[in-house]
Amino acid sequence: MGEVSLVDVSRSFKLRIGAETHTVNALRDVGFTIRDGEIAVLIGPSGCGKTTALRIAMGLDHASSGRVLVDGREVHGCGYDRGMVFQHAELLPWLTALQNVMFGLEMKGVRGQQLRDTAMHYLDLVGLKSAANRRPHQLSGGMKQRVGIARALAIDPKVLLMDEPFGALDAQTRESLQAELLDVHARTGKTIIFVTHDLDEAVLLADRVFVMRGGELQEILEVPLPRPRGDLGALRGTPEFAAARYSIWQALHKPAETVQ
Amino acid sequence: MVDITSQDMTVNQANTSAANRFRGLSAVPSWLITTGAVVLVLLLWQYFGRNVNPVFGSYPTAIAAAAWDMTRTGELGAALLESIKPFLVGFALSLVAGIPLGLLLGRFRVFEAAVGLFVTGGYAMPLVALVPLLVLWLGLGFAVKAAVIFLMCVFPIAINTWLGVKVVPKTLIEVGHAFVAPNAVILRRIVLPATLPYIMAGVKLSVGRGVVAMVIAEFFTAISGLGGIIINSANNFDTARMFVPIIVLMVLATLLNALVGRIERWVAPWQVELASRD
Repeated sequence: MGEVSLVDVSRSFKLRIGAETHTVNALRDVGFTIRDGEIAVLIGPSGCGKTTALRIAMGLDHASSGRVLVDGREVHGCGYDRGMVFQHAELLPWLTALQNVMFGLEMKGVRGQQLRDTAMHYLDLVGLKSAANRRPHQLSGGMKQRVGIARALAIDPKVLLMDEPFGALDAQTRESLQAELLDVHARTGKTIIFVTHDLDEAVLLADRVFVMRGGELQEILEVPLPRPRGDLGALRGTPEFAAARYSIWQALHKPAETVQ
Repeated sequence: MVDITSQDMTVNQANTSAANRFRGLSAVPSWLITTGAVVLVLLLWQYFGRNVNPVFGSYPTAIAAAAWDMTRTGELGAALLESIKPFLVGFALSLVAGIPLGLLLGRFRVFEAAVGLFVTGGYAMPLVALVPLLVLWLGLGFAVKAAVIFLMCVFPIAINTWLGVKVVPKTLIEVGHAFVAPNAVILRRIVLPATLPYIMAGVKLSVGRGVVAMVIAEFFTAISGLGGIIINSANNFDTARMFVPIIVLMVLATLLNALVGRIERWVAPWQVELASRD
């Protein structure tokens, strides 16, 4: 199981500009449930609260009010039931690719031969077995993010949380990683919460798209494309893809009567 | 308008030729440039130094002769050994105390608020003024010398470590949180390695300060070691002899700095590789 719920989550920051203190409401009463095994994409413009929502779900940030449930149980802080893939991979530069994957496993208490074997298995899953002994600065951006995904998957979480993981990659690398992510999802059946501002990416990956604006959840849209998604390049050319993309575009551009 | 353009052209051409000249120099290896600079300084010193009254100054060949004399009698070696022992002990203690102190200062707000002020203050402490007090506490021997060196070195190491911890990317620490790493593990396995370049910079600063502290200690406690030779030679107006330990100390500090650089490449190879990458 890997069901994640945000229940009436709000988050406000105190921001000091000069002498004045402003209160910024990053999230206002956001509530949703991500179903077990689905890929949920949070989309919206910068500052809409999508990353804040993800970080609260992960436990890296705390809600000012509201609760986070994983499989119906309230969670506080981070846990091995959730794995985080960071925006810029955030590998530890002094460790090799393999050691980076091993890091999370060690924290979880895995030791000995099993530690190495498990880490190697997940590096293999993302196609980087041959680069196991390279340090992060010897890896390309795409390879770094693959290691980041392997590191998060290695602790066998119920949910994978991904914060614009492909945003800094070039178009080709991004496309191949999107396909690989779908492949990993098909093989592991993990629940994935994926933050992006890229419409195409949202349609290609998502079962459901959560459109956010001004710190609120605006709309939830089903993506009516069958799984497996198959050849993503060909999928982009289909009318179904275009229709799904257009409906998300519309949701993003609706006159914002509820948004201040 | 036309004038300005032609002026710009001239400036550009001048820049290009200057750049070309530098490109010519870039083929010369650094060690050769350094050696050339040292030789040049020695030659100039020799040339002008010979015309100065030997009480007011000295020159390389006279210093070298004095050095040879002192080495032959074993005086220099014995003094060096006597000086280096408290240096090593004081310096090692400052590493053992300074690095953990800096890590805690950078990592824990309460500790920083309680202790930070004493560390910044301690850095600026006029140590020379406190030496008589230290002598009262620790006597005139080995302990007081090690203590003076320790007090001179521990603060730059602690402050540099502290600063280094402050600039560790938050996201790297979040990696630790995401995998539910305990605070002690985050400190040891993420913060410490990320801070290593800053720690090593602090260590390099401290090498120089430690050598100065060593001489201060020898001046103001039991007169001994290299500092002892300096003060005794100065009292006898034997300027060439006085310069010998000074040169030895400068060479010692330079060698220690090079050693620290080596160690840095050994403990933090990724840093050098990162920096050398374009």
